[in-house]
Amino acid sequence: MVISMLPEKTLTMITQRSIEEGIALEKGKHTKEYFDACSVIEMNELDMLRLSIEENSPVKVKSECGEVIVKAIVGIQELPEGICHIRQGVWANQIVPCRTYSTGVPQYSGFPVTVTPAPGSIVRGARELLFESVRM
Amino acid sequence: MPKTLEGIGCPFCGCSCDDVRVIVSDDEKKILEVENACAIGTEIFLQATNHERITKPRIRQPDGNVKEISYDEAADYVAKTIMNSKKPLMYGFGSTTCEAQRAAARLMELSGGILDNCASICHGPSLMAFFDNGHPTCTLGVVKNRADVILYWGANPVHAHPRHMARYSTYPFGFFKGNGFLERTVIVVDPRKTDTAGVADYHLQIKQGFDYELFNAFRMVMYGHEQDIPDMVADVPKQSILEVAKILKEAKFGVCFFGMGLTHTKGRNHNVDIAISLMRDLNAVSKWSIMAMRGHFNIAGPNKVWSWTYGFPFCVDLTRGDRAHMNPGETSTIDLAIRDEIDLFINIGTDAAANFPIDAVKHLKKHPWITIDPNLSMAADIADLHIPVGISGVEVSGIVYRMDNVPIQYRKVIDMPEGMLSDEELLDRISDRLEELIQEKVKAEKKKPELISSEPVLCTSHSAPPLNETG
Ligand code: SF4
Repeated sequence: MVISMLPEKTLTMITQRSIEEGIALEKGKHTKEYFDACSVIEMNELDMLRLSIEENSPVKVKSECGEVIVKAIVGIQELPEGICHIRQGVWANQIVPCRTYSTGVPQYSGFPVTVTPAPGSIVRGARELLFESVRM
Repeated sequence: MPKTLEGIGCPFCGCSCDDVRVIVSDDEKKILEVENACAIGTEIFLQATNHERITKPRIRQPDGNVKEISYDEAADYVAKTIMNSKKPLMYGFGSTTCEAQRAAARLMELSGGILDNCASICHGPSLMAFFDNGHPTCTLGVVKNRADVILYWGANPVHAHPRHMARYSTYPFGFFKGNGFLERTVIVVDPRKTDTAGVADYHLQIKQGFDYELFNAFRMVMYGHEQDIPDMVADVPKQSILEVAKILKEAKFGVCFFGMGLTHTKGRNHNVDIAISLMRDLNAVSKWSIMAMRGHFNIAGPNKVWSWTYGFPFCVDLTRGDRAHMNPGETSTIDLAIRDEIDLFINIGTDAAANFPIDAVKHLKKHPWITIDPNLSMAADIADLHIPVGISGVEVSGIVYRMDNVPIQYRKVIDMPEGMLSDEELLDRISDRLEELIQEKVKAEKKKPELISSEPVLCTSHSAPPLNETG
């Protein structure tokens, strides 16, 4: 109830590689390094201010096909207003739309999302998210 | 005494750096140090011997637990599961050698299934654009020795290909570029102020998803219509467009490197298509090449191997038995998954469970899922059968195609844990077993002719001859 009363605004999501993710990937997807690298959304500072999102707090990111809880941080690589970024991986793929426009490639970048503060929500692990999705 | 191995290839990104130095312990069992590689490359070598490996195939039991089985039992399980499936799909291959990709082609021909590789979700649209509009390209050696203007469009090599700028494009001292970066101009087009943009001479901060428009603006300059360009195109001021266009035109040797920024977003193959057209325009007044920033160290490999085997680089449909065909959107993994057309998924040399949108994973997981991967990945976690194999480039040698399609012979650094197989050996073992099962089926059908007519045909190609005798 509280969450739905907080402000919403559509942002454009891009999900791409970062070196932090690349290194963590090689350590293993079950490691804390991978969790720390990929379960974050990078945002523009002004967008965070407007949406009342505090740095390092959990947020709910929702797209046309799903939602995920991640931790919000100010973009390590500077993002323009209106753009946000989740590094490629299990968290990002909870919300990536499958549409391929007959090319085979899903819409990994450039799809609309809403980001809302989710105080008290837990950012879940990669395995947990995946197992729940495939009902294991 | 620890042994130093020189000229080792790094099995991570498309830079396929082959100048890595690896120091191994005197018993040649542990990797102690890695030199020349970037942070990611170093990690891939060190992790290989840093933790307990899974050395036996593990099959999921009805109660959800996993049980270790032998490689022969695993090969038998895969072959029988293929026999029972109507449309198996084998996907991945970014982290395998060309030898394994050839063996996979043999297996999927026998299976009458679909062969697809990671290009399907990254540079597939680029390959489609190359079909449509050609591919004026060069090797990275030429870039190093000659290029004076480097254009990174929708690519962030500092993060995704950490040594790309240092080894090939920007900083190296080339034969005709003896002063390295002092003689080169770097232009980055990206909606974010990425770390690559941070070290570039020019950064055009483009509006996300408006690449096609900006390419068009550059083409307008090439055709002398600059007066018709609006004050802003895709959030880039006209003045910057004209300034950069002048640099592009005056380049002695320019190279456009493009990445997922073009292929993952609105426009896909059309973005690459118009990029190639711009290169053609530029080649009327200067000399330009274009190159895709391929992700994995050997993701160009399956494109080559299957192109010379079937004529198609990805999304290869072998279900017709006697001919191959390809049609992204129809025979591409994500689309097949979403339409529920696949009834067996074999993940090899990638981690589809982590890399695919979750909806696609959910669809694929409705059916048997087999993972062939050296380590415990997400795809191994949810698999019905996980078969560990040697790590290509670390424990298995083989041919690798770099992002500029130059083949490199990778050497192994250490041996696989005892009793393990390489991808190639495993795939051959499965194919051998499948051949036996097909023979048995054909014999059984000959004995009971009356049954054949009443049986539904599972897959015609199970009894059809392979397309190519050499596989
Ligand atoms: S740039 Fe790529 S290939 Fe080269 S060392 Fe780094 S990860 Fe390996």
